[in-house]
Amino acid sequence: MAKKKTEQKKWPEKWHEVNPGCMVFAAGSAANYKTGSWKSQRPLTDNAKCIKCGICYIFCPEACIQEVKDGFFEANLDYCKGCGICAHECWPGAIVMREEEE
Amino acid sequence: MGKRIGMEVAIAAAEAVALCNIDVAAVYPITPQSHIAEHMADIIHDGRIDAEFITVESEHSAISACAGASAAGARAYTATSSQGLMLMHEILPIVSAMRLPICMANANRAVSGPLNIWNDHGDIMPQRDSGWICLFTENGQEAIDLSIMSFKIAEDPEVMLPCVVNIDGFQLTHMIEPLELPSQAEVAKFLPPRKPFAQLHPDNPISMGCFAMPDTYTETVKAKETALINSKKIITRVFSEWAKRFGRKYNVVETYRTKGADTLMLTMGSMGETAATAVDEMRKAGKKVGLVKLRLWRPFPVEELKAAIKECKTLIVMDRAISTGGAGGPVATDIKSLLYGDKTRPRILNVIAGLGGRDLTVEDFVAMFEMAKKKKDETYELYGVRE
Amino acid sequence: MNSVQNFEIFAPKLIDRKEYISAGHRACQGCGEVLALRHILKALGDDVVVANATGCMEIISSGYPQTAWEVPYVHVAFENAAAVGSGVEAALKALRRKGRIADRDVKTIAVAGDGGTADIGLQALSGAMERGHDMIFFCLDNEAYMNTGIQRSSATPFMAATTTSPAGKAIPGQRTQKKNVPEIMVAHKVPYVATACPSYPIDLINKVKKAKEVKGPAYVHVFSMCPTGWRCASEITIKMGRLAVETGVFPLYEVENGKYRLTMEVPGKLRPVGDYLKPQGRFRHLGPSDIEKVQAQVIREWEILLNKVECMQPW
Repeated sequence: MAKKKTEQKKWPEKWHEVNPGCMVFAAGSAANYKTGSWKSQRPLTDNAKCIKCGICYIFCPEACIQEVKDGFFEANLDYCKGCGICAHECWPGAIVMREEEE
Repeated sequence: MGKRIGMEVAIAAAEAVALCNIDVAAVYPITPQSHIAEHMADIIHDGRIDAEFITVESEHSAISACAGASAAGARAYTATSSQGLMLMHEILPIVSAMRLPICMANANRAVSGPLNIWNDHGDIMPQRDSGWICLFTENGQEAIDLSIMSFKIAEDPEVMLPCVVNIDGFQLTHMIEPLELPSQAEVAKFLPPRKPFAQLHPDNPISMGCFAMPDTYTETVKAKETALINSKKIITRVFSEWAKRFGRKYNVVETYRTKGADTLMLTMGSMGETAATAVDEMRKAGKKVGLVKLRLWRPFPVEELKAAIKECKTLIVMDRAISTGGAGGPVATDIKSLLYGDKTRPRILNVIAGLGGRDLTVEDFVAMFEMAKKKKDETYELYGVRE
Repeated sequence: MNSVQNFEIFAPKLIDRKEYISAGHRACQGCGEVLALRHILKALGDDVVVANATGCMEIISSGYPQTAWEVPYVHVAFENAAAVGSGVEAALKALRRKGRIADRDVKTIAVAGDGGTADIGLQALSGAMERGHDMIFFCLDNEAYMNTGIQRSSATPFMAATTTSPAGKAIPGQRTQKKNVPEIMVAHKVPYVATACPSYPIDLINKVKKAKEVKGPAYVHVFSMCPTGWRCASEITIKMGRLAVETGVFPLYEVENGKYRLTMEVPGKLRPVGDYLKPQGRFRHLGPSDIEKVQAQVIREWEILLNKVECMQPW
């Protein structure tokens, strides 16, 4: 049975608007919440050092590092929580973490 | 009118469910439900129906497996009793909140402690707030008919709530009665395969059982409450359809010789038959008494009950369970609450009896009517307790 | 059998690029568990149904009205992931047979934390595995009840400090050894049992793919590094997983029909366990003699495992 994949929920809902059983029909709708505000430091990549291995992509728990043009990798700062794993795991040290205040 | 054959009620209940095109049955045995579980196993192992039979390792897993199955779109069934139902307790409100139309038979049995395997309603009463539709049967034919109807009621798109059919343990489950099973073709016409509102399948990925913050929980309570209250409409409608197809009419509140009665007794479950015999005896002796039988316990059929008792002066409410430390029996407590705001209401006498399988005879019911005449206060009576 | 040092540089490019858990989930910074889940789902693809127990993964992903899941997902309660999964599996089987759903394989998986697996969930897990459902059970083991605030579980390692096994003056942390659930699964004759760690993603993915192929029960125990609960810096999450493997604290192996096989190569001796314990605040109170005790136990368990690898024959 086909159900609309995306649904715009206006908030707060009245009781008859709440989906039955608190089902959520919009798969992946958590992406509406930008966790990027959590970070106190952000990753900065020096593409000159990047060897395009994809390790940062593999180890990001947020799945916010994605491959961009020319095979480099970039963190989506809307979601990046600044955990520092990518910088720590990057072999050539192409990624460094910088404090948000800087 | 079809052919009636002698059948044990538990067996008949399993046979009835087998007519319902169930997809998954997850059962764990407990006396006195075990004959339902065993016969279900026989039916499936003989290949008579196409369903998955999960011999789970506990009742908690039985209801959990049914939840998973129902969430995946299956018509799911289980059966239990007493301690098993208590073990399911955690999951019952979850299943109703998730709007999963699971159907269950409960072979009413006293709850430990002390351990007691015989009949009373102490197992279903603690579940009354769980959001399940709760029906009571009085005899084997009702056990068959309500078991089949429960699927239709539960799965109705305006209901989508789980449903439990109570069958008094031993008193009813183990009785052999002349019973009529509808044919498979008739049931198939009455009950098509389940069409779930939503189901777990990658063709349409959804998330079920999400958690709710304080800003939403109250609204979910209202939604569930409204669904349960409204289900009475659908229950009544299904009862009417059943009457048309099979000639047996059920009501959410049954009345027996209530016309002109100044004292009425209210019962639930199989004791109604014995109470009816007592009413007949007393009527023969010229006493103006009658019987009200509550078939639907949740949602509570307020209007129908009030209509049934509006002329009587005294209402004896039979409870086969107690709310320990509270106001007496659960049924009497509910009725008193519901009548509280009414300008005129009968005097209500709560009698708690038949606990732990203690037999209730015609003489007992006659004695209760006598006691009702004499009793001055409105405290509850724990009938027959040896003091 | 490559440890990460011999990691093929091109392998990351072969990983399924689709994300099955969307960003925007509320896991802690540096959460090893959600990383493990991310790769488990990549290994399985679209045709799964997930039955999840109450716990970290459930809370960070499924707060109404949002969900991070891109695959069908159900959560019921804490102790019944395996039972709910059993019901899903049975339903999918019956419905497919009756032609009410598409005629193709859809794998049921149950996902629970160490509490929902080894403690409150053990009964349901045992029942489901014994009944032989076509289902993979994933234990995401962060070694405590992390979601409720770091209380101990039977998977909490010896001497680790948690809020219910604190490093007190009289009793220094967890008093018992970690419960060995993979062994329990082998005793259930589960056809495929494996341990995995997201610091070794290709190994994890391969094991999940193997588990998927089993037409019956499979169990994967996934080490889930938790910087929040283990009190270590979030950026060393992956390193902690590596250290756990290299010190022998969490060996990587698989058991196929009773035959044990290491899936890691540990050069020479095991790394000293102190390397693994020192960066973690939950082991901060351990003195040199405590570390010796832990080291002896790790070596003992390792030898027992090596023995099994050598001696156990397939059933």
